Amino acid sequence: MNGAAIEFRNVSYAFSPGHELLTGLNLQVQRGDTLVLLGRSGSGKTTTLKLINHLVAPTQGEVHVEGRATTAWDPIRLRRGIGYVIQDAGLFPHFTVERNIGLVPTIEEWPAERIRRRVADLLSLVGLDAGLARRYPRELSGGQRQRVGVARALAADPPILLMDEPFGAIDAITRAELQREFLSLQKRLQKTVVFVTHDLREALLLGTRIALMETGRLVATLAPREFVGSGDPLIKQYLDAFGAAPLASADRGIA
Amino acid sequence: MNVFQFIVQNRGEVVGLTLEHLWMVAASTLLAVVIGLPLGVLITRWPRLNKPVLGSANIIQTIPSLALFGFLLPVPWIGARAERLAIVALTLYALLPLIRNTYAGIKGVDASVLEAGRAMGMTNRQLLFQVELPLALGVIIAGVRVATVISVGVATIAAAIGAGGLGEYIFRGIGMVNNQLILAGAIPAALLALLADVSLGWVEKRLSPS
Repeated sequence: MNGAAIEFRNVSYAFSPGHELLTGLNLQVQRGDTLVLLGRSGSGKTTTLKLINHLVAPTQGEVHVEGRATTAWDPIRLRRGIGYVIQDAGLFPHFTVERNIGLVPTIEEWPAERIRRRVADLLSLVGLDAGLARRYPRELSGGQRQRVGVARALAADPPILLMDEPFGAIDAITRAELQREFLSLQKRLQKTVVFVTHDLREALLLGTRIALMETGRLVATLAPREFVGSGDPLIKQYLDAFGAAPLASADRGIA
Repeated sequence: MNVFQFIVQNRGEVVGLTLEHLWMVAASTLLAVVIGLPLGVLITRWPRLNKPVLGSANIIQTIPSLALFGFLLPVPWIGARAERLAIVALTLYALLPLIRNTYAGIKGVDASVLEAGRAMGMTNRQLLFQVELPLALGVIIAGVRVATVISVGVATIAAAIGAGGLGEYIFRGIGMVNNQLILAGAIPAALLALLADVSLGWVEKRLSPS
């Protein structure tokens, strides 16, 4: 399969006339890449993410997913082929872990036995005990909930995964653990991932490419190494804000 | 003769009036659910209808019950039978708590939960029936509870237009200046209200998601 999995073609988005949140965005995400959208609050990262699964529609330009404009997709079909993970997981509080993870397979009307097996596989994939299947989200820790959120997004094996600050509300130790697991999972699954964060360290660690955004515009899209070595003043500002530590993350060996 | 002796001696009639009372309350509450719940959902979908719908239900609540019975008397079909008229009036009263609580319950559903559902490709119908209504259920039942308790009280006034129920004793007692008779209607009605409150409170607790 050739071509980008996701492509933004001169996309602008305005919440209301005159209030542009995104301006002239051109961006490609290749299959199997982890593109990190990095930027401060209000830079348009989340809006960019929501344009991909058509939770918002572009005011101008087109977003193409698998070679087809999102506006030409049936939004329901488009979304069922895209996993979505958000901060605080957004789990259904009245569903057990099992039903939460099996949500997309259920609405896709898989046979019950296949769903059950899939849920069991996913629980072990994200490192959760099978005994948690019957629990409710409120009976889990923040880290466990986030794992369930990831498992739910992977349930129907979508080729694309969108993650909106998935580890943002989690303590530092658990976050480091989840980041490591994300890397090993991604090595195996080779999904096309778009990952939103404001944490430079996380971006350098997880991204194969980093797209820096500022006030609704794309500043640059670079590999982590290039990012660290860049002379761009905005990027420098970022690197200074986070000190020297990020440099080590970028050196984890991906080219 | 005290109230309890009176009730025991006339138990057949007391049970009959209680059943009439219960029928009026149950029928009107059920009708209010059937009408109010969809209206409550509707105004979450079309916010423009929010003010007119809730406003109308609010105005109905402010009409004194005796006056409402009076207003409905000349209305064709509705006014033709006292019991029918009473049920319509009680339904109108029960609408506000139902519409309001359905609306509030759905609006209270966590935005991130809805976003996750929509992002995973749930249709609007799936979101409504699998996420919004189940999560709003506790609040909706609370509305049913309020409506029922109000109905038990207002239904006593239905006796004034000849619709029967426990109000029968109360009005007869007022006419005859007989406190025992008033209490013979008031005590079972109060017990009915308490029973409805406690049992629906239990249901509400059981069905609340957290």
